[in-house]
Amino acid sequence: MDFNLSDEQKALKDSLAKFIDRAYTFDDRWKIIKSVEGWSRKHWNQLAEIGLMALPVAEADGGLGGTGVDTMLVMEELGRGLVVEPYLGCIVLPAALIRAAGSESQRAALSEGLASGETLYAFAHTEPGQRYERNAVAIAATAKDDRYVLNGKKVSVLGGDAADRLLVSATLSGDAGPSLFVVSANANGVKRFAYPMHDAQRGADIELANVEVGADALLGERGRAAPAMDYAFDVGCAALCAEAVGAMAELHKITVEYLKTRKQFGRPIGMNQALQHRAVDMLMHVEMSRSMAMEAAVACENTDPAARAKAISAAKTLVSQGCRYVGQQAVQLHGGIGVTHELNTSHYFKRLTMISITFGDADWHLGRYGDALLAAA
Amino acid sequence: MDLTYTAEQRAFADEVRTFTRHHLDPAVARKVLEGSRLGREDFLGWHRALAKKGWAGVGWPKAFGGTGWNSTQQHIFDEVTADEGAPQLIPFGLRMVAPVIMAFGSKEQQDWHLPKILSGENWWCQGYSEPGSGSDLASLKCKAERDGDHYIVNGQKTWTTLGQYADWIFCLVRTSSEGRQQEGISFLLIDMKTPGITVRPIIMLDQEHEVNEVWFDDVRVPVGNRVGEENKGWTYAKFLLGHERTGIAGVGRCKRIVKRLQHVAKRAQANGRPLIEDVRFRDRLAQVEIDLRALEITLLRVLAAEAEKRAPGPEASLLKIKGSEIQQTLTELTMMAAGPAALPYVREGEHGAPDVPWLSDEAFRFASGHYFNFRKTTIYGGSNEIQRNIIAQMVLGL
Repeated sequence: MDFNLSDEQKALKDSLAKFIDRAYTFDDRWKIIKSVEGWSRKHWNQLAEIGLMALPVAEADGGLGGTGVDTMLVMEELGRGLVVEPYLGCIVLPAALIRAAGSESQRAALSEGLASGETLYAFAHTEPGQRYERNAVAIAATAKDDRYVLNGKKVSVLGGDAADRLLVSATLSGDAGPSLFVVSANANGVKRFAYPMHDAQRGADIELANVEVGADALLGERGRAAPAMDYAFDVGCAALCAEAVGAMAELHKITVEYLKTRKQFGRPIGMNQALQHRAVDMLMHVEMSRSMAMEAAVACENTDPAARAKAISAAKTLVSQGCRYVGQQAVQLHGGIGVTHELNTSHYFKRLTMISITFGDADWHLGRYGDALLAAA
Repeated sequence: MDLTYTAEQRAFADEVRTFTRHHLDPAVARKVLEGSRLGREDFLGWHRALAKKGWAGVGWPKAFGGTGWNSTQQHIFDEVTADEGAPQLIPFGLRMVAPVIMAFGSKEQQDWHLPKILSGENWWCQGYSEPGSGSDLASLKCKAERDGDHYIVNGQKTWTTLGQYADWIFCLVRTSSEGRQQEGISFLLIDMKTPGITVRPIIMLDQEHEVNEVWFDDVRVPVGNRVGEENKGWTYAKFLLGHERTGIAGVGRCKRIVKRLQHVAKRAQANGRPLIEDVRFRDRLAQVEIDLRALEITLLRVLAAEAEKRAPGPEASLLKIKGSEIQQTLTELTMMAAGPAALPYVREGEHGAPDVPWLSDEAFRFASGHYFNFRKTTIYGGSNEIQRNIIAQMVLGL
């Protein structure tokens, strides 16, 4: 058992923390989210200089070969700073998909642009009417000569607004499982509608109408993408857990500070025992979540999918519950000022809420954990 | 004891439903049912229709032009109209300042203000909270100094709901700094058109303009606009807050949201099945319905007790706590049902036109916006922490 970070990990965390303290204040962020794109290429490039884009890419594929723990360190800092640049959607998730699904040559070819931060990918999976299903892919792909034709709609695609290339899940008729296709976001027949999300991150709904791609667009083997998708979502969940811990801890700090400074009835409101206990319970959620974010980070390297799934769902259940409690109580303890747009409290609350319902909410992951129990019984 | 409606009460419910179906603008009803944001005219159209029928003064005695309905009838009215998609009657005039004017206002104030409140001619807003005086309302600093027949008002109010539409504001102001804080407060009625008043929007976390700051800079208010005695305003303020808290429970509105949620739970898919078949979600839905039924019966009990007294007692705090918690649970469940469809931010236009054209399901369009918006309910009208203090002190004697 060892909770210590290596010197390299400490250096990475430190340089990212310095960047956020220097270049990502609430005012900086405000300007970024009000811009047309909604995120900043300048900041993106600076994150790339720190090495973030190459981090989750294997060394063999030209990356830094970072582990789940490295991603955890990064995501925690990004959570603390409420960073809106699409690191999860355009780097962490696609890197995991490419790593798990791609052939050796595909991994090398696709990773180059990803690791430099120059090519943005997004995973287009969820379809209208779906919730968190990972394998139920209705979008149809048909084989036509040596090409494929894709038709259907994808919704709530994280980073789908900015992506240069889409990793689209689709099922070929006659296949038992889904396949993955690399599709240029500018290909004929791809129509996307980009929007901000409640937490000021960006996404898109994407429509594919008779989009033709070559045989080489098939990522990995036909009909066998399910395990890679499952893995990528698990890696994404682990990343979200870490981001949540960063955001939660900061929001808790802000709230305790408010309890000490806001005065009513002639004394700080933090003198009220009812509120003190609430602040303590928030701290307990933060620390329990921190522990499970570590469990999830380590689980990303677990080669047994069933064990990985159980650890990830345990973490995402507990962290989603933490997001809810810490977010709701931070707002409540701030009172009216907590529900205004001008204070960072509500921005943390909204990000935590969105994290709690991304890639499966607490109930969904509790169910997945329970299914694992049942399977083992 | 009988917890069902009598034949007479059922007939009354039918009468209210028939009236609502004939006189509520279907476009407004659609907005309400789908959860779109309403504009001034949306509220007023319904208010005027009720006024014409003589039904605007729901809780008012007949002597002031009210319906004279008993508490059960009032509840039936609330439930049926909410179910049909009627907008909430804005409470600041009808349910808040009007009872104060009836109980403590002068004959002149009653004759001039009450008809204009009833008809919807004057839209009221509330000037209670200040930046430094939220839970500790009695510490308020907005000052009114006598200058002959006028008060000169200086200071700031905040969280003024829909103040951007208001014609009048009722304000708690400091008229004395002697003695206990509560003993230096007066209750003023102020015309929003008076020079020196500035309304500034506060944008809330759902990025909507619902509340405001109201600034007073040497605003001259006739002494005749004071309700009751000088420095006795705190008594009237507390009287009013009791009324506010009963209304905040929002049972009718909750029932409407439950209906929408049931609809959503049937349409949403979870693992290829309707979400309602997911036992984990269904249990949550069942639990909130049970809580709501308990709240409804409790509300009827409180209203029945209120009918025998002048103002609701501290039990109103209980309704406020439970009602606001249930409203929050309902909006949270709707967001949960939406799943990934709750991520996009959809702006609520005045006319309900979404700016995301192919979102997966219209039922989810405002799911998370409502969740964020409803966080206010456990804060406003006296935070739930303050309500618990009231119950601990006033009911339990702790």
